[in-house]
Amino acid sequence: MAPAASYLPAGLPAPVPEPDGLDAPYWAGTRRGELLVQRCERCRAWQWGPEWICHACLSPEVGWTRVDGRGIIYTWERAWHPVHPALREHGPYIVVLVELAHAGGIRMLGNLLGDPRQVVTIGAPVEAVFEPHDDAKVPFTLVQWKVI
Amino acid sequence: MKARTLRGRVAIAGVGETAYYKHGRAPVSEFQLALQAILAACADAGLDPRAIDGFASYSNDRNDPSRIAAALGLPELRFSNMQWGGGGGGGSAAVANAAAAVAGGLADCVVVFRALAQGQFQRFGAAPPVATVSGEQAMTFPYGLISPAQRFAMRVMRYLHEHDIRPEAQRAIALASYHHAQANPRAVMHGRPLTAEAYDASRWIVEPFRLYDCCMENDGAAALIVVSAERARDLRPRPAYLLGAAQGSEHRNAARAHNAPLYATSSFTTVAPHLYAMAGVGPGDVDVVQSYENFTGGVLMSLVEHGFFTAKEANDVLVVDNLLAPTGRLPLNTSGGNLAECYMHGLELVIEAARQIRGESTSQVEGAEVSMVISGPMVTPVSSLILGGAATV
Ligand SMILES: [Zn+2]
Repeated sequence: MAPAASYLPAGLPAPVPEPDGLDAPYWAGTRRGELLVQRCERCRAWQWGPEWICHACLSPEVGWTRVDGRGIIYTWERAWHPVHPALREHGPYIVVLVELAHAGGIRMLGNLLGDPRQVVTIGAPVEAVFEPHDDAKVPFTLVQWKVI
Repeated sequence: MKARTLRGRVAIAGVGETAYYKHGRAPVSEFQLALQAILAACADAGLDPRAIDGFASYSNDRNDPSRIAAALGLPELRFSNMQWGGGGGGGSAAVANAAAAVAGGLADCVVVFRALAQGQFQRFGAAPPVATVSGEQAMTFPYGLISPAQRFAMRVMRYLHEHDIRPEAQRAIALASYHHAQANPRAVMHGRPLTAEAYDASRWIVEPFRLYDCCMENDGAAALIVVSAERARDLRPRPAYLLGAAQGSEHRNAARAHNAPLYATSSFTTVAPHLYAMAGVGPGDVDVVQSYENFTGGVLMSLVEHGFFTAKEANDVLVVDNLLAPTGRLPLNTSGGNLAECYMHGLELVIEAARQIRGESTSQVEGAEVSMVISGPMVTPVSSLILGGAATV
Protein backbone atom coordinates (compact mmCIF):
# COMPACT_ATOMS: atom_id res chain seq x y z
CA MET A 1 0.00 0.00 0.00
CA ALA A 2 2.56 2.50 1.15
CA PRO A 3 4.70 4.19 -1.49
CA ALA A 4 8.39 3.41 -1.38
CA ALA A 5 9.43 6.99 -0.83
CA SER A 6 7.84 10.14 0.48
CA TYR A 7 6.37 12.69 -1.93
CA LEU A 8 8.56 15.52 -0.64
CA PRO A 9 12.25 15.21 0.22
CA ALA A 10 13.36 14.47 3.79
CA GLY A 11 14.21 17.39 6.03
CA LEU A 12 10.94 19.26 6.28
CA PRO A 13 9.67 19.85 9.83
CA ALA A 14 8.16 16.66 11.27
CA PRO A 15 4.68 16.73 12.81
CA VAL A 16 4.32 15.90 16.48
CA PRO A 17 1.06 15.76 18.46
CA GLU A 18 0.19 18.86 20.44
CA PRO A 19 1.52 18.81 24.00
CA ASP A 20 -2.04 19.08 25.37
CA GLY A 21 -3.11 15.95 23.49
CA LEU A 22 -5.84 17.59 21.41
CA ASP A 23 -4.90 16.02 18.08
CA ALA A 24 -3.22 12.84 19.40
CA PRO A 25 -6.05 10.54 18.17
CA TYR A 26 -5.61 11.84 14.61
CA TRP A 27 -1.89 11.19 14.52
CA ALA A 28 -2.27 7.79 16.19
CA GLY A 29 -4.94 6.89 13.62
CA THR A 30 -2.72 7.72 10.67
CA ARG A 31 -0.10 5.26 11.98
CA ARG A 32 -2.76 2.51 11.69
CA GLY A 33 -3.87 3.70 8.23
CA GLU A 34 -7.10 5.17 9.62
CA LEU A 35 -8.46 8.64 9.04
CA LEU A 36 -9.98 9.97 12.27
CA VAL A 37 -11.81 13.29 12.61
CA GLN A 38 -13.98 14.83 15.30
CA ARG A 39 -17.73 14.37 15.52
CA CYS A 40 -19.81 15.74 18.37
CA GLU A 41 -21.39 13.00 20.47
CA ARG A 42 -24.27 15.28 21.42
CA CYS A 43 -25.34 17.10 18.22
CA ARG A 44 -23.46 14.97 15.63
CA ALA A 45 -21.77 17.99 14.04
CA TRP A 46 -18.54 17.23 12.19
CA GLN A 47 -15.49 19.23 13.18
CA TRP A 48 -12.05 19.65 11.61
CA GLY A 49 -9.40 20.73 12.68
CA PRO A 50 -9.76 19.47 16.15
CA GLU A 51 -10.93 21.63 19.03
CA TRP A 52 -11.75 21.00 22.67
CA ILE A 53 -15.47 21.72 22.35
CA CYS A 54 -18.07 21.40 19.62
CA HIS A 55 -18.44 24.65 17.67
CA ALA A 56 -22.13 23.92 17.01
CA CYS A 57 -23.48 23.05 20.48
CA LEU A 58 -20.46 23.79 22.72
CA SER A 59 -20.47 20.31 24.22
CA PRO A 60 -17.11 19.06 25.48
CA GLU A 61 -18.11 15.54 24.38
CA VAL A 62 -16.40 15.70 21.00
CA GLY A 63 -15.65 12.18 19.92
CA TRP A 64 -13.42 10.79 17.17
CA THR A 65 -14.88 8.97 14.19
CA ARG A 66 -13.18 7.03 11.43
CA VAL A 67 -14.09 8.37 8.00
CA ASP A 68 -13.73 7.02 4.49
CA GLY A 69 -10.68 8.59 2.86
CA ARG A 70 -12.44 9.80 -0.25
CA GLY A 71 -13.25 13.32 -1.32
CA ILE A 72 -13.02 15.89 -4.06
CA ILE A 73 -10.39 18.53 -4.74
CA TYR A 74 -11.82 21.77 -3.32
CA THR A 75 -8.80 23.86 -4.28
CA TRP A 76 -5.08 23.44 -4.92
CA GLU A 77 -1.77 25.16 -5.48
CA ARG A 78 1.50 24.33 -7.21
CA ALA A 79 4.47 25.65 -5.23
CA TRP A 80 7.62 26.51 -7.18
CA HIS A 81 9.67 28.80 -4.95
CA PRO A 82 11.49 26.74 -2.28
CA VAL A 83 10.93 28.35 1.11
CA HIS A 84 12.72 25.59 3.04
CA PRO A 85 16.29 24.31 2.52
CA ALA A 86 14.95 20.76 2.04
CA LEU A 87 13.01 21.91 -1.03
CA ARG A 88 15.91 23.55 -2.86
CA GLU A 89 16.54 21.96 -6.27
CA HIS A 90 13.39 19.86 -5.80
CA GLY A 91 11.10 21.54 -8.33
CA PRO A 92 7.38 22.13 -8.10
CA TYR A 93 4.97 20.20 -5.91
CA ILE A 94 1.21 20.23 -5.47
CA VAL A 95 -0.83 20.83 -2.33
CA VAL A 96 -4.56 20.07 -2.39
CA LEU A 97 -7.44 20.87 -0.07
CA VAL A 98 -9.89 17.97 -0.19
CA GLU A 99 -13.54 18.24 0.76
CA LEU A 100 -15.17 15.23 2.41
CA ALA A 101 -18.88 15.54 1.57
CA HIS A 102 -19.75 12.43 3.60
CA ALA A 103 -18.21 14.01 6.73
CA GLY A 104 -20.11 17.26 6.83
CA GLY A 105 -17.96 18.90 4.17
CA ILE A 106 -14.84 19.11 6.34
CA ARG A 107 -11.63 19.69 4.42
CA MET A 108 -8.26 18.00 4.72
CA LEU A 109 -4.84 18.99 3.38
CA GLY A 110 -2.18 16.94 1.68
CA ASN A 111 0.01 16.64 -1.40
CA LEU A 112 -1.44 15.36 -4.66
CA LEU A 113 0.61 12.30 -5.63
CA GLY A 114 1.83 11.77 -9.16
CA ASP A 115 3.33 14.14 -11.71
CA PRO A 116 3.90 17.51 -10.02
CA ARG A 117 3.19 19.20 -13.35
CA GLN A 118 -0.13 17.41 -13.91
CA VAL A 119 -3.27 19.36 -14.72
CA VAL A 120 -5.29 19.68 -11.51
CA THR A 121 -9.06 19.91 -11.67
CA ILE A 122 -11.18 21.37 -8.90
CA GLY A 123 -13.95 18.87 -8.23
CA ALA A 124 -11.91 15.81 -9.21
CA PRO A 125 -12.41 12.77 -6.93
CA VAL A 126 -9.40 11.70 -4.86
CA GLU A 127 -8.60 9.08 -2.25
CA ALA A 128 -6.29 9.10 0.75
CA VAL A 129 -2.90 7.38 0.65
CA PHE A 130 -1.01 6.88 3.90
CA GLU A 131 2.67 7.82 3.72
CA PRO A 132 4.60 6.42 6.70
CA HIS A 133 7.80 8.03 7.92
CA ASP A 134 9.04 5.15 10.07
CA ASP A 135 12.61 6.40 10.28
CA ALA A 136 11.71 9.75 11.84
CA LYS A 137 12.87 10.38 15.39
CA VAL A 138 9.22 10.20 16.37
CA PRO A 139 7.68 8.07 13.59
CA PHE A 140 4.64 9.60 11.91
CA THR A 141 2.39 9.06 8.91
CA LEU A 142 1.18 11.72 6.50
CA VAL A 143 -2.13 11.54 4.67
CA GLN A 144 -1.64 12.17 0.96
CA TRP A 145 -4.14 12.13 -1.91
CA LYS A 146 -4.28 10.67 -5.38
CA VAL A 147 -6.76 11.11 -8.19
CA ILE A 148 -9.09 8.13 -8.75
CA MET B 1 -26.92 58.22 24.82
CA LYS B 2 -24.45 59.69 22.36
CA ALA B 3 -24.13 57.80 19.10
CA ARG B 4 -21.39 55.18 19.39
CA THR B 5 -19.12 56.22 16.55
CA LEU B 6 -15.64 57.47 15.83
CA ARG B 7 -16.88 59.49 12.84
CA GLY B 8 -15.25 62.92 12.77
CA ARG B 9 -13.99 62.63 16.35
CA VAL B 10 -10.26 62.27 15.65
CA ALA B 11 -7.82 62.99 12.86
CA ILE B 12 -4.36 62.06 11.64
CA ALA B 13 -2.35 65.21 12.31
CA GLY B 14 1.05 64.03 11.15
CA VAL B 15 2.73 61.27 9.20
CA GLY B 16 6.34 60.18 8.99
CA GLU B 17 8.54 57.46 7.66
CA THR B 18 12.20 56.57 7.47
CA ALA B 19 13.93 56.05 4.19
CA TYR B 20 12.71 52.72 2.85
CA TYR B 21 15.33 50.05 2.27
CA LYS B 22 15.60 46.75 0.53
CA HIS B 23 15.40 43.81 2.94
CA GLY B 24 18.46 43.67 5.16
CA ARG B 25 19.83 47.04 4.01
CA ALA B 26 18.81 49.30 6.92
CA PRO B 27 21.96 50.97 8.26
CA VAL B 28 20.55 51.23 11.79
CA SER B 29 18.64 48.98 14.17
CA GLU B 30 14.92 48.41 13.98
CA PHE B 31 14.44 50.36 17.22
CA GLN B 32 16.29 53.35 15.79
CA LEU B 33 14.07 53.18 12.72
CA ALA B 34 10.99 53.30 14.95
CA LEU B 35 12.29 56.40 16.75
CA GLN B 36 13.15 58.11 13.46
CA ALA B 37 9.67 57.56 12.06
CA ILE B 38 7.95 58.77 15.23
CA LEU B 39 10.05 61.93 15.35
CA ALA B 40 9.37 62.55 11.66
CA ALA B 41 5.63 62.24 12.24
CA CYS B 42 5.83 64.71 15.14
CA ALA B 43 7.78 67.17 12.99
CA ASP B 44 5.22 66.81 10.23
CA ALA B 45 2.41 67.55 12.71
CA GLY B 46 4.29 70.48 14.23
CA LEU B 47 3.99 68.70 17.54
CA ASP B 48 6.41 68.51 20.46
CA PRO B 49 7.21 64.78 20.81
CA ARG B 50 6.75 65.16 24.59
CA ALA B 51 3.02 65.56 23.88
CA ILE B 52 2.77 61.87 22.93
CA ASP B 53 0.99 59.88 25.62
CA GLY B 54 0.09 56.64 23.87
CA PHE B 55 1.17 54.03 21.32
CA ALA B 56 -0.69 51.56 19.14
CA SER B 57 0.76 48.93 16.85
CA TYR B 58 0.03 45.48 15.43
CA SER B 59 1.46 42.18 14.30
CA ASN B 60 3.62 41.82 17.41
CA ASP B 61 5.84 44.79 16.65
CA ARG B 62 9.06 44.16 18.55
CA ASN B 63 9.56 47.75 19.71
CA ASP B 64 8.11 48.09 23.18
CA PRO B 65 6.15 51.32 23.79
CA SER B 66 7.50 51.67 27.31
CA ARG B 67 11.06 51.69 25.99
CA ILE B 68 10.08 54.21 23.31
CA ALA B 69 8.42 56.39 25.97
CA ALA B 70 11.60 56.26 28.04
CA ALA B 71 13.77 57.03 25.03
CA LEU B 72 11.58 60.00 24.14
CA GLY B 73 11.51 61.21 27.74
CA LEU B 74 7.72 61.31 27.77
CA PRO B 75 6.21 62.88 30.91
CA GLU B 76 3.73 60.01 31.13
CA LEU B 77 2.45 56.98 29.22
CA ARG B 78 -1.33 56.57 29.18
CA PHE B 79 -2.09 54.05 26.42
CA SER B 80 -0.13 51.05 25.16
CA ASN B 81 -1.95 48.83 22.73
CA MET B 82 -1.16 45.83 20.55
CA GLN B 83 -3.67 44.57 17.99
CA TRP B 84 -3.72 40.77 17.92
CA GLY B 85 -3.21 38.96 14.63
CA GLY B 86 -0.50 38.50 12.09
CA GLY B 87 0.32 39.94 8.71
CA GLY B 88 -0.89 43.44 7.97
CA GLY B 89 -4.43 42.80 9.13
CA GLY B 90 -3.99 45.18 12.05
CA GLY B 91 -2.89 48.24 10.09
CA SER B 92 -6.22 50.03 10.08
CA ALA B 93 -7.25 48.49 13.39
CA ALA B 94 -4.24 50.03 15.14
CA VAL B 95 -5.38 53.45 13.91
CA ALA B 96 -8.90 52.66 15.10
CA ASN B 97 -7.62 51.56 18.51
CA ALA B 98 -5.66 54.80 18.82
CA ALA B 99 -8.75 56.72 17.74
CA ALA B 100 -10.93 54.95 20.28
CA ALA B 101 -8.44 55.80 23.01
CA VAL B 102 -8.44 59.48 22.06
CA ALA B 103 -12.21 59.67 21.57
CA GLY B 104 -12.81 57.84 24.84
CA GLY B 105 -10.49 60.03 26.87
CA LEU B 106 -7.88 57.37 27.62
CA ALA B 107 -5.14 59.42 25.95
CA ASP B 108 -4.73 62.67 24.02
CA CYS B 109 -2.02 62.00 21.46
CA VAL B 110 -1.43 58.45 20.28
CA VAL B 111 1.30 57.37 17.88
CA VAL B 112 0.53 54.48 15.55
CA PHE B 113 3.76 52.94 14.36
CA ARG B 114 5.28 49.90 12.69
CA ALA B 115 8.98 49.18 12.38
CA LEU B 116 10.41 46.28 10.42
CA ALA B 117 14.00 45.30 9.82
CA GLN B 118 13.56 41.71 8.76
CA GLY B 119 17.23 41.40 7.92
CA GLN B 120 17.89 41.63 11.65
CA PHE B 121 15.29 38.96 12.48
CA GLN B 122 13.45 36.01 10.91
CA ARG B 123 12.01 36.74 7.45
CA PHE B 124 8.28 36.29 6.89
CA GLY B 125 8.76 34.46 3.60
CA ALA B 126 11.21 31.81 4.81
CA ALA B 127 10.51 28.71 6.85
CA PRO B 128 11.44 29.01 10.52
CA PRO B 129 14.41 26.76 11.40
CA VAL B 130 12.60 24.09 13.40
CA ALA B 131 12.83 20.28 13.35
CA THR B 132 9.28 19.57 14.51
CA VAL B 133 5.93 21.32 14.35
CA SER B 134 2.63 20.79 16.16
CA GLY B 135 -0.92 22.07 16.08
CA GLU B 136 -2.05 23.61 12.81
CA GLN B 137 1.53 23.71 11.52
CA ALA B 138 1.73 19.93 11.84
CA MET B 139 -1.08 19.73 9.28
CA THR B 140 0.57 22.14 6.83
CA PHE B 141 4.38 22.33 7.09
CA PRO B 142 5.12 18.65 6.28
CA TYR B 143 3.26 19.17 2.97
CA GLY B 144 5.45 22.14 2.06
CA LEU B 145 2.57 24.50 2.93
CA ILE B 146 4.67 26.94 4.93
CA SER B 147 4.97 30.54 3.72
CA PRO B 148 2.23 33.20 3.61
CA ALA B 149 2.11 32.92 -0.20
CA GLN B 150 1.53 29.18 0.10
CA ARG B 151 -1.03 29.70 2.85
CA PHE B 152 -3.17 32.04 0.75
CA ALA B 153 -2.69 30.74 -2.81
CA MET B 154 -5.39 28.10 -2.40
CA ARG B 155 -7.95 30.69 -1.27
CA VAL B 156 -7.28 32.78 -4.34
CA MET B 157 -7.21 29.73 -6.62
CA ARG B 158 -10.69 28.79 -5.40
CA TYR B 159 -11.96 32.34 -5.85
CA LEU B 160 -10.60 32.66 -9.39
CA HIS B 161 -12.19 29.29 -10.19
CA GLU B 162 -15.61 30.16 -8.72
CA HIS B 163 -15.85 33.42 -10.63
CA ASP B 164 -13.91 32.69 -13.85
CA ILE B 165 -11.42 35.48 -13.18
CA ARG B 166 -8.49 35.68 -15.60
CA PRO B 167 -4.80 36.16 -14.64
CA GLU B 168 -4.89 39.63 -16.25
CA ALA B 169 -6.96 40.90 -13.31
CA GLN B 170 -4.16 40.14 -10.85
CA ARG B 171 -1.64 41.56 -13.31
CA ALA B 172 -3.46 44.90 -13.51
CA ILE B 173 -3.14 45.32 -9.73
CA ALA B 174 0.61 44.73 -9.87
CA LEU B 175 1.07 47.08 -12.82
CA ALA B 176 -0.88 49.87 -11.09
CA SER B 177 1.35 49.71 -8.00
CA TYR B 178 4.52 49.79 -10.08
CA HIS B 179 3.16 52.63 -12.22
CA HIS B 180 2.49 54.79 -9.16
CA ALA B 181 5.88 53.96 -7.65
CA GLN B 182 7.59 55.58 -10.66
CA ALA B 183 6.24 58.96 -9.50
CA ASN B 184 7.20 58.36 -5.85
CA PRO B 185 10.88 58.99 -4.99
CA ARG B 186 10.41 57.22 -1.62
CA ALA B 187 9.50 53.98 -3.39
CA VAL B 188 11.99 51.12 -3.33
CA MET B 189 10.93 50.33 -6.93
CA HIS B 190 11.20 53.96 -8.09
CA GLY B 191 13.05 53.86 -11.40
CA ARG B 192 12.21 50.16 -11.87
CA PRO B 193 9.05 50.14 -14.01
CA LEU B 194 7.16 46.92 -14.68
CA THR B 195 5.67 45.98 -18.06
CA ALA B 196 2.91 43.50 -18.77
CA GLU B 197 5.47 41.42 -20.70
CA ALA B 198 7.86 41.30 -17.74
CA TYR B 199 4.99 40.31 -15.46
CA ASP B 200 3.93 37.50 -17.79
CA ALA B 201 7.51 36.26 -18.07
CA SER B 202 8.13 36.30 -14.32
CA ARG B 203 8.52 33.05 -12.43
CA TRP B 204 5.84 31.34 -10.41
CA ILE B 205 6.17 31.62 -6.66
CA VAL B 206 3.16 29.44 -6.07
CA GLU B 207 0.36 29.16 -8.62
CA PRO B 208 -1.70 31.36 -9.01
CA PHE B 209 0.91 33.92 -7.82
CA ARG B 210 3.83 35.05 -9.95
CA LEU B 211 6.78 36.95 -8.53
CA TYR B 212 5.11 40.33 -9.08
CA ASP B 213 1.90 39.25 -7.37
CA CYS B 214 3.80 39.01 -4.08
CA CYS B 215 4.77 41.85 -1.74
CA MET B 216 8.37 42.81 -1.14
CA GLU B 217 10.14 42.40 2.19
CA ASN B 218 11.75 45.64 3.33
CA ASP B 219 13.39 47.51 6.17
CA GLY B 220 12.07 50.78 7.54
CA ALA B 221 9.51 52.33 9.86
CA ALA B 222 6.38 54.42 9.57
CA ALA B 223 4.36 56.39 12.11
CA LEU B 224 1.36 58.66 12.33
CA ILE B 225 -0.14 60.90 15.00
CA VAL B 226 -3.77 60.54 16.12
CA VAL B 227 -5.31 63.44 18.08
CA SER B 228 -8.79 64.87 18.56
CA ALA B 229 -10.35 66.61 15.56
CA GLU B 230 -10.20 69.97 17.36
CA ARG B 231 -6.52 69.64 18.15
CA ALA B 232 -5.73 68.47 14.64
CA ARG B 233 -7.33 71.61 13.20
CA ASP B 234 -5.03 73.70 15.40
CA LEU B 235 -1.97 71.76 14.33
CA ARG B 236 -2.23 71.70 10.56
CA PRO B 237 -4.32 73.09 7.71
CA ARG B 238 -5.70 69.85 6.25
CA PRO B 239 -5.91 67.02 8.76
CA ALA B 240 -7.26 63.66 7.61
CA TYR B 241 -10.34 62.95 9.69
CA LEU B 242 -11.28 59.41 10.56
CA LEU B 243 -14.76 58.76 9.18
CA GLY B 244 -15.00 55.09 10.06
CA ALA B 245 -13.09 51.93 10.90
CA ALA B 246 -13.88 48.27 11.40
CA GLN B 247 -12.02 45.06 12.11
CA GLY B 248 -12.71 41.33 12.45
CA SER B 249 -13.58 38.40 10.19
CA GLU B 250 -16.38 36.00 9.34
CA HIS B 251 -17.86 33.08 11.29
CA ARG B 252 -15.06 30.63 12.15
CA ASN B 253 -12.62 32.24 9.73
CA ALA B 254 -9.74 30.72 11.71
CA ALA B 255 -11.10 27.16 11.77
CA ARG B 256 -7.91 25.17 11.62
CA ALA B 257 -6.29 23.54 8.61
CA HIS B 258 -8.19 25.60 6.00
CA ASN B 259 -11.68 24.79 7.32
CA ALA B 260 -13.23 28.28 7.32
CA PRO B 261 -16.84 27.75 6.20
CA LEU B 262 -16.49 30.71 3.81
CA TYR B 263 -13.11 29.77 2.40
CA ALA B 264 -12.59 31.94 -0.68
CA THR B 265 -12.69 35.32 1.06
CA SER B 266 -10.39 38.18 1.95
CA SER B 267 -12.13 38.08 5.39
CA PHE B 268 -13.97 41.39 4.84
CA THR B 269 -17.53 40.23 4.09
CA THR B 270 -18.72 41.09 7.60
CA VAL B 271 -16.22 43.90 8.24
CA ALA B 272 -16.93 46.15 5.24
CA PRO B 273 -20.62 46.77 6.09
CA HIS B 274 -19.61 47.99 9.58
CA LEU B 275 -17.03 50.28 8.00
CA TYR B 276 -19.50 51.94 5.65
CA ALA B 277 -22.16 52.19 8.36
CA MET B 278 -19.85 54.15 10.64
CA ALA B 279 -18.38 56.30 7.88
CA GLY B 280 -21.79 57.19 6.47
CA VAL B 281 -20.57 56.77 2.91
CA GLY B 282 -20.80 54.04 0.27
CA PRO B 283 -18.33 52.60 -2.22
CA GLY B 284 -19.41 55.15 -4.82
CA ASP B 285 -18.26 57.99 -2.56
CA VAL B 286 -14.69 56.70 -2.23
CA ASP B 287 -12.23 58.73 -4.29
CA VAL B 288 -9.08 56.66 -3.82
CA VAL B 289 -8.19 53.26 -2.29
CA GLN B 290 -5.05 51.86 -0.71
CA SER B 291 -5.53 48.09 -0.52
CA TYR B 292 -2.90 45.92 1.20
CA GLU B 293 -1.09 43.77 -1.29
CA ASN B 294 0.28 40.73 0.44
CA PHE B 295 -0.75 39.11 -2.85
CA THR B 296 -2.65 40.67 -5.74
CA GLY B 297 -5.45 38.12 -5.45
CA GLY B 298 -6.12 39.38 -1.93
CA VAL B 299 -6.53 42.91 -3.27
CA LEU B 300 -8.97 41.61 -5.86
CA MET B 301 -11.16 39.95 -3.22
CA SER B 302 -10.89 42.96 -0.88
CA LEU B 303 -12.17 45.33 -3.54
CA VAL B 304 -15.13 43.06 -4.27
CA GLU B 305 -15.93 42.64 -0.59
CA HIS B 306 -15.84 46.42 -0.12
CA GLY B 307 -18.45 46.72 -2.86
CA PHE B 308 -16.47 48.45 -5.60
CA PHE B 309 -17.55 45.85 -8.15
CA THR B 310 -18.85 42.29 -8.16
CA ALA B 311 -16.66 39.24 -8.67
CA LYS B 312 -18.37 38.76 -12.04
CA GLU B 313 -17.22 42.25 -13.07
CA ALA B 314 -13.59 41.72 -11.97
CA ASN B 315 -12.27 40.92 -15.45
CA ASP B 316 -13.75 44.11 -16.86
CA VAL B 317 -12.94 46.49 -14.00
CA LEU B 318 -9.43 45.28 -13.17
CA VAL B 319 -7.63 46.76 -16.15
CA VAL B 320 -4.71 49.09 -15.60
CA ASP B 321 -6.30 52.32 -16.83
CA ASN B 322 -9.13 52.02 -14.31
CA LEU B 323 -6.65 51.81 -11.42
CA LEU B 324 -4.39 54.77 -12.19
CA ALA B 325 -4.45 58.22 -10.60
CA PRO B 326 -5.61 60.78 -11.42
CA THR B 327 -8.16 59.75 -14.04
CA GLY B 328 -8.94 56.09 -13.35
CA ARG B 329 -12.34 54.97 -12.15
CA LEU B 330 -10.81 53.45 -9.00
CA PRO B 331 -7.30 54.86 -8.30
CA LEU B 332 -5.50 52.13 -6.37
CA ASN B 333 -2.31 52.02 -4.29
CA THR B 334 -1.16 55.45 -5.39
CA SER B 335 2.20 55.38 -3.59
CA GLY B 336 3.18 51.98 -4.99
CA GLY B 337 2.04 50.14 -1.87
CA ASN B 338 3.51 46.92 -0.55
CA LEU B 339 4.48 45.81 -4.03
CA ALA B 340 6.55 48.78 -5.10
CA GLU B 341 6.79 51.55 -2.47
CA CYS B 342 7.71 49.61 0.64
CA TYR B 343 6.44 46.65 2.59
CA MET B 344 6.01 48.57 5.83
CA HIS B 345 3.32 46.09 6.75
CA GLY B 346 0.71 48.36 5.24
CA LEU B 347 1.18 51.35 7.52
CA GLU B 348 2.63 53.16 4.50
CA LEU B 349 -0.84 52.73 2.98
CA VAL B 350 -2.45 54.69 5.82
CA ILE B 351 0.13 57.43 5.37
CA GLU B 352 -0.63 57.54 1.65
CA ALA B 353 -4.38 57.71 2.32
CA ALA B 354 -3.76 60.74 4.58
CA ARG B 355 -1.53 62.34 1.95
CA GLN B 356 -4.36 62.01 -0.58
CA ILE B 357 -6.65 63.98 1.75
CA ARG B 358 -3.90 66.59 2.21
CA GLY B 359 -3.37 66.85 -1.54
CA GLU B 360 0.26 65.77 -1.17
CA SER B 361 0.42 62.42 -2.94
CA THR B 362 2.95 61.92 -5.72
CA SER B 363 -0.01 60.50 -7.68
CA GLN B 364 -2.68 62.84 -6.41
CA VAL B 365 -6.37 62.27 -7.10
CA GLU B 366 -7.75 65.75 -7.71
CA GLY B 367 -9.92 66.93 -4.84
CA ALA B 368 -9.87 63.62 -2.97
CA GLU B 369 -12.20 63.90 0.03
CA VAL B 370 -12.87 60.23 0.84
CA SER B 371 -9.83 57.98 1.08
CA MET B 372 -9.93 54.28 2.03
CA VAL B 373 -7.38 51.86 3.48
CA ILE B 374 -7.87 48.09 3.41
CA SER B 375 -5.47 46.18 5.65
CA GLY B 376 -4.24 42.61 5.40
CA PRO B 377 -6.62 40.56 3.28
CA MET B 378 -7.14 36.85 4.04
CA VAL B 379 -5.70 36.91 7.57
CA THR B 380 -7.88 37.29 10.66
CA PRO B 381 -8.63 39.77 12.03
CA VAL B 382 -8.49 42.13 9.06
CA SER B 383 -9.35 45.82 9.24
CA SER B 384 -10.18 48.80 7.07
CA LEU B 385 -10.78 52.51 7.54
CA ILE B 386 -11.99 55.59 5.71
CA LEU B 387 -10.42 59.04 6.02
CA GLY B 388 -12.15 62.25 5.00
CA GLY B 389 -11.33 65.85 4.30
CA ALA B 390 -12.88 68.90 5.96
CA ALA B 391 -15.87 68.80 3.61
CA THR B 392 -16.92 65.38 4.96
CA VAL B 393 -17.20 66.23 8.67
ZN1 LIG C 1 -22.23 19.51 19.21
